[in-house]
Amino acid sequence: MLAKRIIPCLDVTNGRVVKGVNFVELKDAGDPVEIARRYNEAGADELTFLDITASSDNRDLILHIIEAVASEVFIPLTVGGGVRAVGDVQRLLNAGADKVSINTSAVVNPQLVKDAADRYGSQCIVVAIDAKRTGDHWEVFTHGGRTATGLDAIEWAKKMESLGAGELLLTSMDRDGTKSGFDLELTRAISEAVDIPIIASGGVGTLQHLVDGVKEGRADAVLAASIFHFGEYGVDEAKRYMKQHGIEVRL
Amino acid sequence: MSADIAVVDYGMGNLRSVSKAIEHVAPALSVVVTSDPEVIAAAGRVVFPGQGAARDCMREIDARGLRQAIVDAARSKPFLGICMGMQVLFEHSEEGDTACLGILPGTVRRFPHEAMHDEAGDKLKVPHMGWNNVHQAIPHPLWAGIEDGARFYFVHSYFVQPDRPDAIAGFSHYPFPFSCAVATANMFAVQFHPEKSQNDGLMLLGNFVTWNPGERDTACDMSGAACA
Repeated sequence: MLAKRIIPCLDVTNGRVVKGVNFVELKDAGDPVEIARRYNEAGADELTFLDITASSDNRDLILHIIEAVASEVFIPLTVGGGVRAVGDVQRLLNAGADKVSINTSAVVNPQLVKDAADRYGSQCIVVAIDAKRTGDHWEVFTHGGRTATGLDAIEWAKKMESLGAGELLLTSMDRDGTKSGFDLELTRAISEAVDIPIIASGGVGTLQHLVDGVKEGRADAVLAASIFHFGEYGVDEAKRYMKQHGIEVRL
Repeated sequence: MSADIAVVDYGMGNLRSVSKAIEHVAPALSVVVTSDPEVIAAAGRVVFPGQGAARDCMREIDARGLRQAIVDAARSKPFLGICMGMQVLFEHSEEGDTACLGILPGTVRRFPHEAMHDEAGDKLKVPHMGWNNVHQAIPHPLWAGIEDGARFYFVHSYFVQPDRPDAIAGFSHYPFPFSCAVATANMFAVQFHPEKSQNDGLMLLGNFVTWNPGERDTACDMSGAACA
């Protein structure tokens, strides 16, 4: 039976893994290659790297990191952040990424999703959707949640699927960083609206939140950062907890 | 000097993961990523990966003049097909109604929209993406050291249906059983990605780089036993 996936997410800037504390201060969480190795040994099903480097000067650093990780960690690697053109997708794939996550650029230029999926296959194109509750629906935001787009998140998810996205990384901007759990209603609404896998993200504070994301949110995979980075919980511990609660996992 | 292992490059996706994983398990062997039919013909063993759409794969194989080299290698030396590199070994794919290499009798089908529910009635997503159990249908040197039912990483929307059941080396369930590994005398092909399947994947690749299909035949000849 197909296992639900646990995906640690590493926010990388200037060659280091960082984690926001109280939304502002970025705290150094370590060397990306070392952390990737540790998560791999703990049984992570995939790894996601989010390049949050502000300066384009340092963008190539992520390529070197992916090259180094891909040479010794043999599980799927997803990389996102700053992907604007098919050439960016190609560079990341060549460096050893298995999937590339497109976020803001999918909104600015939806054709990029189609072009990249046509060229490299849907299996390597992840569209990241940052959604925030607005009235009675969820709206898509870009630029790290700062820019409202007016797009309805469910309709947007369907459109991205039709353009060739192989997977959706869904982040609740209301929950991100709050440790109060996924927006389960949002996750479930999107998961039921499309046929492609959904990764739930944003708000994980406890292991029960991961269980809820799968059982109630109907997520195919759960992504978390801070609960793993600061050693609150291990990936292996999270998987055992999920298994105890009746979820199929890879142990 | 000819390479120990040729990884066939026909422009369909990222081959770095495959070559890195092989180098990891076989640091003493020479591994080349190549689109040169002569290099493939001269190599000791051949890995045939691939991702993307079946029609594009076949077009790129022919555009590079690789068809004959792949067919010859699949019939003559240790050969490992991975993902799309498994699918196009068959006769036909539903994906884009594509005629494939026809090395193995059988077809490639899409996961049907209507049947994709698990036992609890929940919708199953396509692509089939993630870690699923692989059940070994036959004993095989490439399964050595790998537990029956071990999980491997999959990402695909189409699956193979071999005409000959005896070609099936492994199967998985999503939600019905489908063939995820096939074998002939010198060829092994898998739907999952050993290069992305952590320790068990590396074990399978390690088994491939030391696999000597001729040994079994020789032993049979010497003992006079009937060999299938």
